[in-house]
Amino acid sequence: MTSTTSTVAPELSNEEIFRYSRHLILPEVGLEGQKKLKRARVLLVGVGGLGSPAALYLAAAGVGTLGLVDFDVVDATNLQRQVLHGTSAIGKRKLDSARERIEDLNPNVHVEAHETSLTSRNALEIIGTYDIVIDGTDNFQTRYLVNDACVLLGKPNVYGSIYRFEGQASVFATKDAPCYRCLFREPPPPGLVPSCAEGGVLGVLPGIIGTIQTTEALKIILGIGETLEGRLLLVDALRMKFRTLNLRKDPTCPACGTHEITELIDYEEFCGVRQAAAADAAAASAVPEITPTQLAARISRGEDFDLIDVREPHEWEIARIPGARLIPLATLVEALPTLDSAREIVVHCKGGGRSARAVQQLQASGFRKVWNLAGGITRWSDDVDPSTPKY
Amino acid sequence: MAVTLFLPTVLARLADGGTLRSEGGTVGEVVANVAERFPQLAPRLRDENGDPYAFVTFYLNDEDIRFSGSFAAQVKDGDELTIVPAIAGG
Repeated sequence: MTSTTSTVAPELSNEEIFRYSRHLILPEVGLEGQKKLKRARVLLVGVGGLGSPAALYLAAAGVGTLGLVDFDVVDATNLQRQVLHGTSAIGKRKLDSARERIEDLNPNVHVEAHETSLTSRNALEIIGTYDIVIDGTDNFQTRYLVNDACVLLGKPNVYGSIYRFEGQASVFATKDAPCYRCLFREPPPPGLVPSCAEGGVLGVLPGIIGTIQTTEALKIILGIGETLEGRLLLVDALRMKFRTLNLRKDPTCPACGTHEITELIDYEEFCGVRQAAAADAAAASAVPEITPTQLAARISRGEDFDLIDVREPHEWEIARIPGARLIPLATLVEALPTLDSAREIVVHCKGGGRSARAVQQLQASGFRKVWNLAGGITRWSDDVDPSTPKY
Repeated sequence: MAVTLFLPTVLARLADGGTLRSEGGTVGEVVANVAERFPQLAPRLRDENGDPYAFVTFYLNDEDIRFSGSFAAQVKDGDELTIVPAIAGG
């Protein structure tokens, strides 16, 4: 343990002794272990799906100081999995909602709120004052940033990651253990791996993975058991299979092997995020657009055109624009012979991204009178028909 | 050699399920066999030169193939190949 603040073992009050009695009677924890927990400083990067159960169980366990990094606001779509936040917190800052819930759960816990995104400029300073980091972020650039900062500072990085029904967990960057870059040297190009917002996630999955991360953090603090250092845990919730694979330290790893990485880099550049955003913007500006209000006006004037919805059938079940025809993007090429290039065509999806690609495909196939519905069915719900469900 | 491949669900939809049987003498041959049978899956397993990506890790039984010759790693009958792509959700 390398706590930078309190090095003197804190005493426990009678209230704390009673509260933690189920820990104190475990020989592996005991009074000394409980004092270690009280002395510990754990940083949660992200208080969303993974950070929610981690914050709750670390607080309940009596970890003395919880640092929280987040800059987001609670949204209704978070509540299906982010159990730290309640319905009454919708619209509030996640940090405020988290602090209230943690203080209610265990007023002995000191919460340090960092309302910021973790960046190359602040990561070393923020992480540097903690003993352990729990990575609960939702993007590759922050994962590489957390990893490199933890390697440079020698702080354990308790990793967890989820997608749909599957999760991964490990403990990186402890002495002699491999790091995230030993597992994945480089991130996938943007857009190849969908986010949970695009691909969905079973709400309980971050509960499983987040509690595994918490278990590992508690074991590191207590110095007991065998952690996931040097192992990658794969969880498949659909088949309910747990599997561990051996992770080796890569001697050519630029972070923990060769130590070529001596300072934090530009992670948006590294992950291609900025380049992809510029390419998307360029592509979007090349596609003719129509707004939902303009579309509604054309429909009400009884104009003759085709409206194509390129979302997936399960999205079509949730909400649809009257008069639309469903042709999922992946099947557009097969459906081309059923479309008439002489007619005007408006294409839509959920937010306007997939339909922009569909418009480009149609243009490449010789269609000249094609428009993309700006903002998709989401903006249609906002601007035209609020009775259309948003998802 | 007959090898069993385990795909994560995100890739399983590009093949006929998450557990595939394949053949080959090396990991690269086993992957090529599957890539040929499932053209949509192929670009998710290896790049256009047939080399592994830095963001998809292959485990032969419990070990990362990069430490045993990468796609040139020899396989035995009954070996299991697990494909672990990078995911970032949280």
